[in-house]
Amino acid sequence: MRVRVSHPDRELELQGPKKVRDVLRELNLVVEAHLVIRGNDLVTEDELLADRDTIEIRPVISGGAPEPRHWSSVHRMSRCP
Amino acid sequence: MNCTKCKIKAVIGLPRHNAAFCKPCFVAYVHEQVAKAIRHDRMFGKDQRILVAVSGGKDSLALWDILLRLGYRADALYVDLGISGYSTRSRDKVVRYAETAAATAGAKLLQHEVQEEEGAGIRELAVLINRPTCSACGTIKRYQFNRAAIEHHYDVMATGHNLDDEAARLLGNVLHWQEEYLDKQGPSLPASVEGFAKKVKPLYRLTERETAAYAILNGIDYVVEECPMAKGSKMLLYKEVLNRLETESPGTKQRFYCGFLDRQATAEPSGTSMIEKDRAVLHPCPTCRQPTTAEVCSYCKMMARAKSAVTG
Repeated sequence: MRVRVSHPDRELELQGPKKVRDVLRELNLVVEAHLVIRGNDLVTEDELLADRDTIEIRPVISGGAPEPRHWSSVHRMSRCP
Repeated sequence: MNCTKCKIKAVIGLPRHNAAFCKPCFVAYVHEQVAKAIRHDRMFGKDQRILVAVSGGKDSLALWDILLRLGYRADALYVDLGISGYSTRSRDKVVRYAETAAATAGAKLLQHEVQEEEGAGIRELAVLINRPTCSACGTIKRYQFNRAAIEHHYDVMATGHNLDDEAARLLGNVLHWQEEYLDKQGPSLPASVEGFAKKVKPLYRLTERETAAYAILNGIDYVVEECPMAKGSKMLLYKEVLNRLETESPGTKQRFYCGFLDRQATAEPSGTSMIEKDRAVLHPCPTCRQPTTAEVCSYCKMMARAKSAVTG
């Protein structure tokens, strides 16, 4: 099957049939941080993907709001007693 | 995997709710979660005017879409940061949504260009003032969104922060023992002083995966690529860690953030104390009149530094 992955963008060929959760595991990707798209539909982790399928694995994590300045590790370093 | 409600084939599984949904049931679930957040945290009513901060990403466009579908009066503001390529692609996504679905619902899009008003793009400004780009971006966005909400007389400003954003921020604040910042981690911040708009986060009950699924299932075309400035950010690291925990123990992010909100509500049953605290320390900036705790607000200070760096 053809697999398109983002961040970084790459295309892979994997042997099918295989369940979605096994594809993610093989690529060392966490389910909670990704969605798998086949055509215009989302597919669940237990779905069996055929060798002829083309899927997109889309990461869903974004940087969101800028991180606060006070998270800098050098900022206000605590000392152990 | 079948839909928990109607038993047809599911499109998404939600382990934290021990549920799975087909498309119509998932869309209904998302709408219910947002409606519940709006109601529970008294965010706004149907007669109020809302300004949604949109970036072109999945969360903010999904939020705009959900509010319009729920029948709220929601316009949006896009701040163009002037990051070559990325900002153009983001703006295209926002404009496309604004001209189609939003226009049909009678909503409008406001735009602000950093390059035009601040005189340079965000990267150049950050270099001029010797500050990290994300920090300069945060200052400009907060300032311009608040300013637009006040100047255009919106009752409330809504952002697309989701459960992952809030849990990661909470983790960061706890790891750095920033107790003073915890006060402001609630999903609804009052307009405590004149010049401050009320700020709400209606997506705080939904994970990032759920807002992305909502956007995809509803054909909302969003910018998938990550902001080039966010690479290596701690926020991304904390989210990654939380998602590993979530995979092993579904519901971790919700228990962490909602547990914090429960404790905060028990400690301070009314929002009065935050308003009182703000009123004690905030005063108008002498340059722009926006509230600040410092002598001059961080936006005006930043722009003055950039100006002096240019003129030498």
